[in-house]
Amino acid sequence: MATRTVTVGSASGLHARPAALFVAAAAAQPVRVTIRTGEKRPVPANSMLSVLSLGARRGTEVVIEAEGEGADAALDALAELLARDLDAEESADA
Amino acid sequence: MPDGPAPLRGIGVSPGVAGGPLLRVAEVPALPAPVAVADPASEADRAVAALHEVVAELTRRADRSGEKTLVDVLRAQAMMADDPVLSDAVRENVAAGMDGPHAVDAAFATHRAAFEAAGGYLAERVADLDDLRNRAVAVCLGRPMPGVPSPGHRYVLTARDLAPADTVDLDPEQVVALVTEDGGPTSHTAILARALGLPAVVACPGVRDLAEGTTVLVDGDTGAVGVDVDPAEVAAAEAVDRDRLTAVAATSGPGRTADGHAVALLANIGSARDLGAADGAEGVGLFRTELLFLDRTREPDLAEQAEAYRAVFAAMSGRRVVIRTLDAGADKPLPFLHQTDEPNPALGVRGLRLVRQRPELLHTQLAAIARAAEQTGADVWVMAPMVSTRAEAAEFADAVYAVGLPKAGVMVEVPAAALRAGQLLQVVDFLSIGTNDLSQYTFAADRQSGVLAELLDPWQPALLRLVAEVGAAGRAAGKPVGICGEAAADPLLAPVLTGLGMTSLSMSGRALPRVRAALAGRTYPDCERVARLALDADDPEQARKAVA
Repeated sequence: MATRTVTVGSASGLHARPAALFVAAAAAQPVRVTIRTGEKRPVPANSMLSVLSLGARRGTEVVIEAEGEGADAALDALAELLARDLDAEESADA
Repeated sequence: MPDGPAPLRGIGVSPGVAGGPLLRVAEVPALPAPVAVADPASEADRAVAALHEVVAELTRRADRSGEKTLVDVLRAQAMMADDPVLSDAVRENVAAGMDGPHAVDAAFATHRAAFEAAGGYLAERVADLDDLRNRAVAVCLGRPMPGVPSPGHRYVLTARDLAPADTVDLDPEQVVALVTEDGGPTSHTAILARALGLPAVVACPGVRDLAEGTTVLVDGDTGAVGVDVDPAEVAAAEAVDRDRLTAVAATSGPGRTADGHAVALLANIGSARDLGAADGAEGVGLFRTELLFLDRTREPDLAEQAEAYRAVFAAMSGRRVVIRTLDAGADKPLPFLHQTDEPNPALGVRGLRLVRQRPELLHTQLAAIARAAEQTGADVWVMAPMVSTRAEAAEFADAVYAVGLPKAGVMVEVPAAALRAGQLLQVVDFLSIGTNDLSQYTFAADRQSGVLAELLDPWQPALLRLVAEVGAAGRAAGKPVGICGEAAADPLLAPVLTGLGMTSLSMSGRALPRVRAALAGRTYPDCERVARLALDADDPEQARKAVA
């Protein structure tokens, strides 16, 4: 199982816009990705409700995991997204 | 006269004429008793399809909206409804024997509980989850989604009375007029309609009995609501009204009487979003700050407040902005205040009275206003709501001056303040009359009550007597006194209020042109004459006739 440990970089944590961007990115991956904080149960990264429920704030360490072909590439992309301050980037995609 | 049913009659509270098919605010459906499911597979498909329909509706609304914040909120909501965890739970629930509506309800209940337990940001999202749940359950039951309809075409909105929560969803591109069965001239429906420039009729019995889709023609001046009107007739009536409005809007410039007596014409706003409506105004006469505090479990901090205020002050550079400190309590409850156990909240701890329990709320807000004012070129005046005594006014003024703001004033909303206007003006720089609350407290009549609407009429001589007291005190002190209540938006009443000594009138931006035109049509001595006529009248109807 491929694993990455990342510190959440967005000012509002994994809430609102950053959470939405992360969940959308996770859903677009070819593999099923889970996310967890601390020793809590991992939750599906493509689930907005589950990701919000983690209550991850800026600076919280989260662990993302995936298995199968393309898992490493998927986790690299998601880890990079988690580490950025998505609140500071005004929606160039909007 | 065309054939057809007789028009319905109500009270016209926002001028103009418009018509179209009538649609009602759909209510949250009650969950019926559980039923046994014969075909679980298709029941599950149906329930999941309801979730997809909610996603589609929220996405459609997001696509239509140009407001970035709203688009973000709608997309985030759509994403929650689209969550695979949710549809999995719905399928599991149906497999376990539940019918579609109950399966949806139970799937949301799990997440609702988790959000509530987490507190903070997530607890604030519980209302979003409830909204999604209500929508999905309604679709499952074959009913329209609750709230204000968004059919994608123009229509007339009806309801028993509009709640502030409904109005957030209201799209002025689609809604052309409002008709409510309850409500009075000072109800939320009336205030919203005037702010959006929509014709509106309230206290209109029978409107809720009309079939959905009936074409109605709403006259916000006379209170008539035509039923089963030919669409061609609707179009003709709207065209006549547009021409009339264009003629009125051609006047511009500062408010003054025919002989040049100045009356500042100001706009009422709730946030920087409303500034467009303040275009033709000489400034902002009432900047309500409640919007920033609504739906919050914690008050916004100093930096967030300062930013919201700065946006308004910066846009109004060089002009006056009268900002009102937090007016919460009574009909404007705020979650973080936990004011649940007041037997009679309208007579309870509201407005400035909150300072007795939460002084830090006012001090943070004043500090934020001062910071925002420093960074901008607006002429910032600060006023407090719900002041009754000179001591309260003096304490507030001291707090305003202490943060370096130069102008402190108070609102006259209770008769005690009007009767002591002279004493209040010894300790503050200006007064502003909130006619809605002043009516409510003068007549001991709830401003939300349709049944008591006639007591809340701004033409009531007793109310005008109190306005006259304030006007006289302002003249004696040489200090500005104005109106920022709904009465200021009545073109016929504006000359009366001017004659009673008001130096400013503040209203929704759309009402400005008609009021400006009305003032320009009379000399100041004429205003004083009609003010006396209105004061001496026996009742509102006679007063209107005497002045018209």
